[in-house]
Amino acid sequence: MAMLSFEKKYRVRGGTLLGGDLFDFWVGPFYVGFFGVTTAFCAILGTALIIYGAAIGPTWNIWQINIAPPDLKYGLAFAPLKEGGLWQIITICAIGAFVSWALREVEICNKLGMGYHVPIAFGFAIFAYVTLVVIRPVLMGAWGHGFPYGILSHLDWVSNVGYQYLHFHYNPAHMIAITFFFTTALALSLHGGLVLSSVNPADGEVVKTPDHENTFFRDTIGYSIGTLGIHRLGLLLALNAVFWSAICIVISGPFWTKGWPEWWGWWLNLPIWS
Amino acid sequence: MIRLDRLGLVALAAGLAVLVAGCERPPVKAEQKGYRGLGMEQVKNPRTEKAVLAAMNIPDALPKANAGGPKAGTVYKNVKVLGDLSEEQFNRVMGAITEWVSPEQGCAYCHNVENMADGSKYTHAVARRMFQMTRQINETWKPHVGATGVTCYTCHAGNPVPKNIWFKDASQINAPFKHAGYRADGQNLAHKQIGMTSLPGDPFQRFLAAKEAKPNEIRVIPTKALPANPAHSKDVKDAEATYALMIHMSQGLGVNCTYCHNTRSFFKWEQSTPQRLTAWHGIRMVQDLNQNYLDPLKPVYPANRLGASGDAPKAFCTTCHQGQAKPLNGKQMLKDYLELNTVSLAKY
Repeated sequence: MAMLSFEKKYRVRGGTLLGGDLFDFWVGPFYVGFFGVTTAFCAILGTALIIYGAAIGPTWNIWQINIAPPDLKYGLAFAPLKEGGLWQIITICAIGAFVSWALREVEICNKLGMGYHVPIAFGFAIFAYVTLVVIRPVLMGAWGHGFPYGILSHLDWVSNVGYQYLHFHYNPAHMIAITFFFTTALALSLHGGLVLSSVNPADGEVVKTPDHENTFFRDTIGYSIGTLGIHRLGLLLALNAVFWSAICIVISGPFWTKGWPEWWGWWLNLPIWS
Repeated sequence: MIRLDRLGLVALAAGLAVLVAGCERPPVKAEQKGYRGLGMEQVKNPRTEKAVLAAMNIPDALPKANAGGPKAGTVYKNVKVLGDLSEEQFNRVMGAITEWVSPEQGCAYCHNVENMADGSKYTHAVARRMFQMTRQINETWKPHVGATGVTCYTCHAGNPVPKNIWFKDASQINAPFKHAGYRADGQNLAHKQIGMTSLPGDPFQRFLAAKEAKPNEIRVIPTKALPANPAHSKDVKDAEATYALMIHMSQGLGVNCTYCHNTRSFFKWEQSTPQRLTAWHGIRMVQDLNQNYLDPLKPVYPANRLGASGDAPKAFCTTCHQGQAKPLNGKQMLKDYLELNTVSLAKY
């Protein structure tokens, strides 16, 4: 692949966390690095195991392929390969691939002398996944509490686990997470709309500047968060959405076994009105 | 700035404190009810469960009575429903019911102890009908109660009035003002009997007691895609009433939705657990009991036993189950009191 004329400037040695110069090279546009190798290894092995799981399963229907975790009776031990052991190895591969990818991002940040905002943000997504398949199962005492790998099967899991707590919309952390997800979408759409409206003026008009953008929001709501601020806000909203999602599932089971509506008893029993 | 940071920290700590207020802790007890990874599990707090079981204090069965000898109906006066029991059996049942229903009040709770044959106390009249109801449950509703059956103790558990009964919801009638979001069915208020949800607060009258109640109307999921015919579709409010009833059932039995349903498809029998069939019979049983036994007792009760809207106390799932999937944790009391199944069902 051809390299753009200015790209060379950014292809600098060093900044690696592991492996020194050994993997410090690019393949086409892609930086490799030690963690590029481990990402590829884990991702290919994990995918191959999923395909193997599908091959020994009852269907090739892409919607119905299901790699399920072990029965609860295996607790936190290894299960036989065809009874959930496959799920356990695939989970290890997935975590290996995700964490490697984040560390590869760190190395690239080092090379460019940038902050670690991107790998940290990605780290939140990894944290949410690890919460689902490691932290919560460990707290509840069995790998079988993890979610199955399959397009429809994981949705069945989500539905049933939600109904284990009767009405999941009463889960306080779920409420917070949903609110952050919606607000993330609102902020992104406002931001996208604002930028596009600024760079797509009417015929014959010149492209507008961030001053115009700021003025639009000052005129509308009396305040503009600014060009840098909107990205800080966006990151804050998005990370909170992911974080509270992880919280809302990790408290369901380990820290609350009843219906979520009942949890609000403390509110109904506040001495103000009870 | 520093003050703001501190304020933020305090707010965060307070927020976290609220979040964990009244929460439980690991380890929890989980029981798998479906294929692995499907999420059909019963998750319980083993410490709560232990405390509940420890608090249960089921009386031992009284020594067996001789079925021979003269019948109670000939020995005693004014014996209407227990007349076919032998004198010994009759006295054993009277001893047991005292222990089950009025351990503190004793015989005098139902009888005029000066003249035991005097049936003037309302409790005497109610007890008579309850004997018949017990037999009705054990015989007609075997698909629900199985061989375990019920005795007076199943619901009463040592209380003259069972702890878990219900009346027509009168909170709306007595509301001092009609708040925003007011609905006559009690929607938008937290109700204890439906797990503190804000769903319609009284699904019981509608599904378990009203003469016109049709249990099939509990099923709200359309069976056809995009049901255009109103006869085949249900209102979202119907779904909320069903949801309220189902939450009551979950609470009453101490189980979650996946005890009976695979929630990917609530209505499909072939994807449901066998327990759903037991519940199906249970719903119809409760309807029978409310319509034919409990509601008609209204004229017998003194005013202080009636609900705020003047209705008789009625039964729902919690009345017997009291938070357990099997009432009394599956303890089989009836097998020691088979006399209860010889109660006369004849009108008296």
